[in-house]
Amino acid sequence: MSGTHQATYLGMPAFPQAADASTRNTQLRANLRHATHTIRAKRATAVAELDDWSRLRAAGAAIKDRTLRHLDQYLEQLESAVTAAGGQVHWAADADEANRIVTELVRATGEREVVKVKSMATQEIGLNGALATAGITAYETDLAELIVQLGDDLPSHILVPAIHRNRGEIRDIFTEKMAQWGRPAPEGLTDAPADLAEAARLHLREKFLNAKVGISGANFMVAETGTLVVVESEGNGRMCLTLPETLISVVGIEKVVPTFQDLEVFLQLLPRSSTAERMNPYTSTWTGTTDADGPRAFHLVLLDNGRTDTLADTVGRQALRCIRCSACLNVCPVYERAGGHAYGSAYPGPIGAILTPQLRGTQSELDASLPYASSLCGACYEVCPVAIDIPEILVHLRERVVEGGPASVRGTRTVIKPAKGHAAERAAMRAARWALDHPGLLRTGQRLAARTRRFHPRRLPGPGRAWSDTRELPKVPEESFRDWWQRTRGRSATGSRTEGDTGRRTEGSTGGSTGSRTQGSTEKSTGSRTEGRKDTT
Amino acid sequence: MTPRDPGSQHPGAHEPTTRNPAAQTPSARGQDSRALVMARIRRALADVPRAETPGEVPVERTYHRVHGDRTADRTADLLAENLADYRAIVHRADTPASLDAPSSLPALIARLLAERGATSVAVPPGLPDSWLSAVPDAVRRVPDTAELTPHDLDAVSSVVTGCAVAIAETGTVVLDAGPDQGRRRITLVPDHHICVIRVTDQVVGSVPEALERLDPARPLTWISGPSATSDIELDRVEGVHGPRTLEVILTGPESAGQS
Repeated sequence: MSGTHQATYLGMPAFPQAADASTRNTQLRANLRHATHTIRAKRATAVAELDDWSRLRAAGAAIKDRTLRHLDQYLEQLESAVTAAGGQVHWAADADEANRIVTELVRATGEREVVKVKSMATQEIGLNGALATAGITAYETDLAELIVQLGDDLPSHILVPAIHRNRGEIRDIFTEKMAQWGRPAPEGLTDAPADLAEAARLHLREKFLNAKVGISGANFMVAETGTLVVVESEGNGRMCLTLPETLISVVGIEKVVPTFQDLEVFLQLLPRSSTAERMNPYTSTWTGTTDADGPRAFHLVLLDNGRTDTLADTVGRQALRCIRCSACLNVCPVYERAGGHAYGSAYPGPIGAILTPQLRGTQSELDASLPYASSLCGACYEVCPVAIDIPEILVHLRERVVEGGPASVRGTRTVIKPAKGHAAERAAMRAARWALDHPGLLRTGQRLAARTRRFHPRRLPGPGRAWSDTRELPKVPEESFRDWWQRTRGRSATGSRTEGDTGRRTEGSTGGSTGSRTQGSTEKSTGSRTEGRKDTT
Repeated sequence: MTPRDPGSQHPGAHEPTTRNPAAQTPSARGQDSRALVMARIRRALADVPRAETPGEVPVERTYHRVHGDRTADRTADLLAENLADYRAIVHRADTPASLDAPSSLPALIARLLAERGATSVAVPPGLPDSWLSAVPDAVRRVPDTAELTPHDLDAVSSVVTGCAVAIAETGTVVLDAGPDQGRRRITLVPDHHICVIRVTDQVVGSVPEALERLDPARPLTWISGPSATSDIELDRVEGVHGPRTLEVILTGPESAGQS
């Protein structure tokens, strides 16, 4: 059985290298384009049905902020409520500890097989691999997770982990692999989605009916009542949550919401943002255990694994509002082209680009590259149902990568060193700052640059080459703005000129790589340079 | 991809590992981790004023309690439309105000089971007797008991239940495992679910109105159409693990006619 084979994100290359390869995969790009465009229009329609969407969104963000600012209190409240209702609460500081706890809980039941509901938290900690090492087989039961598991593959989307596969590929995977895991695919399986769904139903039926242990995550945990919520479509969630004797739920500590009433906001925001439905087919809620209905034992494993580090960052903290709807993936032009695997973690797309470097830190080359996996177009922020300002966090994390500075790493405050790869950028910025502080030198330099125009290369030499591989070098104008102004109006408007001129210039020049563009010779070019990130529709 | 650990072969070829007796028990270690995580949270929240209470973090609930203004009839119609939009099959039946007067509900239930070719039906303990009164004895009644196994249920054709509340705006039926609904699994394993909704007192407009009526201590199942998936190319397909056919009967004195 291939149950012990576990694809892993370990050792994946940095985003630019991974994306360089994936963007050349035309099949992948066609699959992703088709899927993301299908859901985009549907989401817009589902959201437009509610004329109070922006208020729901603001309330969702506010409820999450309230929770995060008092997370310790809410977790204590949750723990008491779950315990009072017959559940047992465990705490895991990191992935290894969570995996150990779950493995021991499964062993204690004497079972060697478990059924799983799709769960981002267990993907994040690599639970299936840890269980396999302990001789326990975990069966993924979500259709897309099943496709990923059978195909020895990695998830590439939060909602639809197999979004990179089209129906033909799915048919091939089912036909080839189902027999290794249990009931084989029906003879002559077609690639019609309904037939593929039927094949999954037949394949997993026995597993559900025999399952003694179920493992899940949760979309929400209600502190006030100890209630857990799982939102799903297929019914595999209901199977795993109600048929086994033991249920183990691994949930990130940020998934708590204060009250049962608060669900009225999230149960409106999540389905419309996620699958573009008014409501998803099945939502299950349970509070501890219920006599003679559902599992007799319920274990809740509360997972930190970098969440407290994220919480410590007052700018990045808002990423913990995320309800894993995946709307930001579906609208992202970078995700659509690069695909989910390039992000090198269970969390792809814009949310992954801000969550992964906060959960894991920015030390590895891959994690340090993620904040750059964006054009900062802002579409993700626009659709986020809990108003996470993803572009703001991206810029914040880029600054952390380049400049270093204080951050929390595994619960300890440390000062991160600036990343090596950005030494040239930092030197250039220092040089720019110095030049801009010396107007006389700047003027001389600009005139010199203008006179040597025809000798300027089209590509930068040395380490700058990578930058100019995909960009045009800005053209130095024949005449600097300052000289143009001096020549055309210098004599008539001496008084107010200098001040305004300098002011505009400084504003433009702080924009990093746009430095050389500030020499634009007309008023118009100066105006068009203003950052328009938040205005993007 | 490569196996993570060459020592991890198939489950069957692997003896259970004996636990290191010197290792901490999970609960002792758990106490440490609890304290550790709590300390990390408090350190992370150093910017939050000590005196601040959760209630001081503003949450404006200016969103609507319900979207739009509808009569009770119109709300029931919307429920029916939205249920049908997600491929539930919607029927109407009269239930007269007086319990003794004849109702079209039993005949409708009997017809739906017959059309389905049901040979057995799971019955929650508190289902009104009259509901199945027109169903022939040849259709085996399977009472919802604690002894009923998932395998037993897999052999049952259909299930008939009531509900706790239904939400018009989203086309949702909520079950709370009440006496006329039974344990969660009886509405899960059989492939055909007939759910009866009393229009007079069980239909609400919106999600907020539904939550008000529900008891979080009870296990809740929110059902919006038959099971479905969007996992293949983000295209919606109905019918995966849950009941592939969901038939909903709206009953009420005013509701005219039936399907």
